[in-house]
Amino acid sequence: MAGALGRPRGARRSGLGWGFYLSAGALVLLSLAPILWVLKMSIVPRAELFASPPPLLPQELTGASYATIFDDPTFVRGLLNSAIIAGSTTIACLVLGAPAAYAFARLRFRFRTAIMTAILALAFFPAAAVIAPLFIEFRAVGLLNTFWAVIITDTVFVLPLTVWILTAFFRQLPRDLEDAARVDGATTLQAFRLVVLPLAAPGVAAAAIIAFIVTWNEFLFANTFLFDSSTWPATVAIPNFATTHTVDYGAQAAAALVITVPIAIVVLAFQRRIVQGLTAGALKG
Amino acid sequence: MSTRPDSAASLGLSWARDRGARGIARLTGGGSRSDERRTAGLMISPPVVLIVAVAFFPVAYSWYMSLHDSSVTGVGEWVGFDNYAELFEDPDFTRALLNTTVFTAVSVALELTFGLAIALGLNQAFRGRALVRTSVLLPWAFPVVVSALMWRLMLQDDVGVVAYLVNSLELADAPILSQQSSLLIAAIGVDVWKTTPFMALLLLAGLQTLPRDVVEAAMVDGAGPVRRLFSVTLPLLKPTILVALLFRTLEAWGVYDLFWVMTDRQLDSLSTYTYEGVRISQLEFATGTAAAVFTFFAALAIALVFIRLLGTRTAEE
Repeated sequence: MAGALGRPRGARRSGLGWGFYLSAGALVLLSLAPILWVLKMSIVPRAELFASPPPLLPQELTGASYATIFDDPTFVRGLLNSAIIAGSTTIACLVLGAPAAYAFARLRFRFRTAIMTAILALAFFPAAAVIAPLFIEFRAVGLLNTFWAVIITDTVFVLPLTVWILTAFFRQLPRDLEDAARVDGATTLQAFRLVVLPLAAPGVAAAAIIAFIVTWNEFLFANTFLFDSSTWPATVAIPNFATTHTVDYGAQAAAALVITVPIAIVVLAFQRRIVQGLTAGALKG
Repeated sequence: MSTRPDSAASLGLSWARDRGARGIARLTGGGSRSDERRTAGLMISPPVVLIVAVAFFPVAYSWYMSLHDSSVTGVGEWVGFDNYAELFEDPDFTRALLNTTVFTAVSVALELTFGLAIALGLNQAFRGRALVRTSVLLPWAFPVVVSALMWRLMLQDDVGVVAYLVNSLELADAPILSQQSSLLIAAIGVDVWKTTPFMALLLLAGLQTLPRDVVEAAMVDGAGPVRRLFSVTLPLLKPTILVALLFRTLEAWGVYDLFWVMTDRQLDSLSTYTYEGVRISQLEFATGTAAAVFTFFAALAIALVFIRLLGTRTAEE
């Protein structure tokens, strides 16, 4: 965008007056204010929390709420479980998704369109539609109440997104290098592994980051297949935590923030890449 | 790569288009065809097998169970559409259906409006654009459960700042979290807060691929900014808008986390209704399964309508 020197709309440039900046500022405030407010709730003592009207800035600071949540074994365990589930799912999505995406982007085979459409259509399945039969399936094979049940289901439902993003990235790569590799006698698989994958590293990273965020945030499957509090990921632990500490609003606020920190760091660090990944697929049909 | 404005419309559904390009690769002679086909089979089989087992088969099995007197322990005798009849007689279900419909229609409409405004703004070069983009992206990345909990805290009657404001302006006659109607409004508000950025990003990506010359030609012809928006930009952006709408509509239709956590089970969506049926109350397993199947087919119908709109759109061009 932004023609050569970032002055795309020469004539309208003057139109970006203070009204424009005012609305941009309002937008930033609207996005961040709730987060900052909850941060405030998490660091003030109980009396101040219940003050009416609530003071805009914290008057007195305390780490009590954070002490409460980190003393709660379910919550701490939940963070670890989330990391295990989201990490494994991300790896599974890449291992399964990258070769498939390459096949869709470059190879000729029968029913390619049909299979690709079926995989993408999956992204639109209402997840609740499959929980009952999966519950029965997983019970039959003894996977209920294990991470496996959640990792398998999450993988399947994040795969369409991974395949979609990666297919778009693979298509953008110049074809010459693979062709050269094949002329030199490399098989398709070797060309993929040794030439395409290294070149597509930024795309793979984008797909991985997005898969991780989506899985870290997943709730329905975890809430269905896991019923031991020791297996809960943080997304399941937190609402239950809110039920046991009903009136400890400070601790709830602290818990909400702590589980978001890893995600916020990832977003801030890889902002550009995430946007690229999310939009690549949408535009490069 | 294609930068045609309608490229977003294809959404990977019209793969047929690039089949012609493959012919060139064939002539260059790299790799034998059978090697290629075998490798392709190897590459796509694992995900396809997994997806069939964990997504397509379960949907079919749900449908089978919904036509039988089934429970979590097994499938009983054939009952035809009795479960569906019972479903539509259940006021909780019709209420959930209404809630989900209102939630989907209103939140998606608002997200489109605000998302479009933000995308048009971000499409300008201005100081601080990166800051704006990062701050709108943050709510998107939050777990829904966390947004739900955060807003629940702010809506809480005793400590919530939003509740405090609403009460001092005398906008509500009862605590927000105690009434279905205010809960639904709150759920829509949280969804708009959280998901508008996603909409804006998709639309921005579409805006950036629009051919500059057309917009500039309109400018030269003396069309004002409003005229340019409605007669040039929006029509060109239509395929992107439809794709974004398709995504968001189906996501909103399956809403679960937000209702479950924020409303503390006081407000049902189709998905929470299903969950309660199949996972919590064993007696309603059969109707829960019917609700799941209903939700699925309704989503399918919504998708088909959008794909049809997209299809005719691409055909016209």
